[in-house]
This record gives sequence, structure tokens and C-alpha cells, in this order.
Amino acid sequence: MTEQEIFNKVKDIVVEQLDVDADKVKMDSDIKEDLEADSLDVFEIMNELEDELDIKLEADEGVKTIKDVVAYVKKEVEAK
Amino acid sequence: METIKVVKTASYVPAKVVTNDDLSQIMDTSDEWISSRTGIKQRHVSVNENTSQLCFNVAKLLLEKSGWDAASIDLLIVATMSPDSYTPATAALVQGKIGAHNAIAFDVSAACSGFIYGLNVAEKFMGSSNTACKRVMLIGGEVLSKVIDWSDRTTAVLFGDGAAGMLLEQQDDSESRFIASSLHTYGELGDKLEAGKTEALTAFPMTGEHQIKAFSMSGRDVYKFATHKVPLSIEEAVAKAGVTLDQVDYFVLHQANSRIVTQIAKRLEQPLAKFPMNIAEYGNTSAASVPLLLDELITNKTLKRGQVIVLSGFGGGLTVGTQIIKY
Repeated sequence: MTEQEIFNKVKDIVVEQLDVDADKVKMDSDIKEDLEADSLDVFEIMNELEDELDIKLEADEGVKTIKDVVAYVKKEVEAK
Repeated sequence: METIKVVKTASYVPAKVVTNDDLSQIMDTSDEWISSRTGIKQRHVSVNENTSQLCFNVAKLLLEKSGWDAASIDLLIVATMSPDSYTPATAALVQGKIGAHNAIAFDVSAACSGFIYGLNVAEKFMGSSNTACKRVMLIGGEVLSKVIDWSDRTTAVLFGDGAAGMLLEQQDDSESRFIASSLHTYGELGDKLEAGKTEALTAFPMTGEHQIKAFSMSGRDVYKFATHKVPLSIEEAVAKAGVTLDQVDYFVLHQANSRIVTQIAKRLEQPLAKFPMNIAEYGNTSAASVPLLLDELITNKTLKRGQVIVLSGFGGGLTVGTQIIKY
């Protein structure tokens, strides 16, 4: 998967989970600060990514921005 | 055709209310943190009343509401993860107190799925010509406050005490009936949620005291388990029942966390309005939560005769169970 494909997937899930507009979700968006997610939301986003991409993710991997999530997912997809 | 009817429901919670603000006085937490992550605003905590007492109070209410003679009850089941003792069973204590001397009585231990497992056991006893139980009293009751680790803020804020139950009767002419069920157990995940764990002796003669461990839970694992396995269990039961999710009037789910319920609704693509909740008032009352909510829906006339409901529990074991009933 390319970074763009992963970003699109993350964006879809974030929009659905957090009920935010798609154009608010950018690579440098801070998930908690800009998108107003709490720790359970981040956990849910990770759960959804795990289900859709068949990978294992830790919810407390220290991800802060969407870019962090995309990089973390990309690493796990490539390690699969 | 003989079918099983839910005749009456009743509930009882201890008088003492502990709010999130009360908890923030004794541990590092806040109302905002608890309510935004769990939907809980307060819980009832039992002082001096053990599980059998809460269940006895429900049993008395059930007999009053129905006019049934206690001696007419054939089977009395209590679903609990916090019994008064290893033995006698809490159900036996209740049976003795209400004078249901013709009833066989035992507990079902399936934690937060306990009431659903109990419904299933009751159905089997009622359907068997061997046992021929016509009238059943089923109660879910918990005093979780006695097993909670009050120094662990991640679990202590989640739980509450209470009891609720129902009377079931086999009837010839009723349109009410049990439609289908789905039960699953995932014992390999048992250590994700433990309470009252004991240890074998490390030597004989024994040294030291008997140890019983307080409640512990891997919240994230259980959360993930619930949001994945409950929709599967409901879909399996619905398929067996030959109904569609759209034909279900209400989904009465175990009240563990409002966000779990919201996720399950989302995964089933059903409107959240069909998922009533009362967790704000009671917290997670384990085996009592499904009947507690059901009794509320019947009392406030939200649920009407003839409507189809999905009852679903999930938790320690780990277990999950769904029962579909035409009320």
C-alpha cells in the first residue's frame, strides 16, 4: 500500500469515528488537539485499522498526528 | 403450542448513591473523565446488604407483582459473579428465604453474560419433559463493591451494585415466546477479567492466610472483545430466529460502557435510538444490568407486548450471549 492509500483509509475511519469533516483531516492534524479525539477514540481508530488491514496495532504507540498513524500503519503493513 | 412468557420483571438497588464527584474525593479522577469515557454519572453501592439480600428483595417484588405463591415456583436461578459465598448458592439462600420449597435452586456464573446464560438454562429446563418446569424465577444480582479494588481508579469507577429479575411461565395461549439464542465462551481470554481469584496452597500444612484477589480487568481487551463479538452474536441469533435486524424493536445490551453500546449499534448499522441505556444511573452492574434495563423499559411502558427484543450480555469468561424474545 502506498502512503496515499493508507492516508485515505485512515481519513475514512477518522471521519466515521470522530464525525468530523473530511477536509479537516490532514497529514499534520493533531488527533487530540485538532480533531478533538480522546484516548478511547484513538483506540477505536486503531481497532478499525486493525480490522480493515489485518494488522496488529498498539493503541498507546505514542501517535500524535495523522502522519504518525500513517507511518505506524505503513510500518506494520510492510512487516506483515 | 406451549411457549415461554416473561410474566413480570422487578428490580432493586441499594439506597446509597455514589456520584462521580464523590469518587473524585477519594481517588484521582473527575466527573468529566468518567462520564465522557463511560457514560456513567453515578452508581449505587450496597452497605450491609449482600447479594442474596438484593436478590431476595427482587424476589419479594416479583411475587407481589404476580400474585404467585412461592411454592408454585419450580426453578430459581441467580446469575451472579459476586455470590455471598462459594456455597450455599445465592439462589438457594433466596429460595429458602421466600419459601419456594418446591423449586430447585442454583447459581449461574457467567459474569456480565450471566443473565442471558440463565435465560438459556431456564428455557432448557422448561422445555424438557424430564424436568417439566412450568414456573421459573430468574434473578441477576451483584454486590461488586465488595470485590472491587478501590485503589484502582481504572476499574473502581465503572461498577455498581443492584439486582433485577423476571418470572417466566410456560403458557399455551401466549404470543410471547423465546425465539432464538446464541452463546459463546472464549476461555483462552479468561485472564482479561478476573474477580475473586483464589490461590492453591503453596505448602502443607498451610502458612499465612487464604487469599482472595480483587477485581482486575484489561479494559482495552474487553472493550475490543465486546465491540467485535457482540455484533457477531446478535447477527447469529437474528439469523437463527429468521428475523432481520430492522425487525428488532429494541436491543437491550449489557450496560458496561455507553461507548461500547454506540460502537455495537454502528457495527450493526442500526439507529442508536433502538439501544436504550441507563448506565448513567447505575454503572456496570454485571449480571443485573440487562434485567435492570429491561424492567425500566417495561415499567415506563417503552416496551410493549408483542415487540421483539434482543437481550445481549458480554464479559467475564470471556463470555457473550444473546437471547431474542418476543415480549
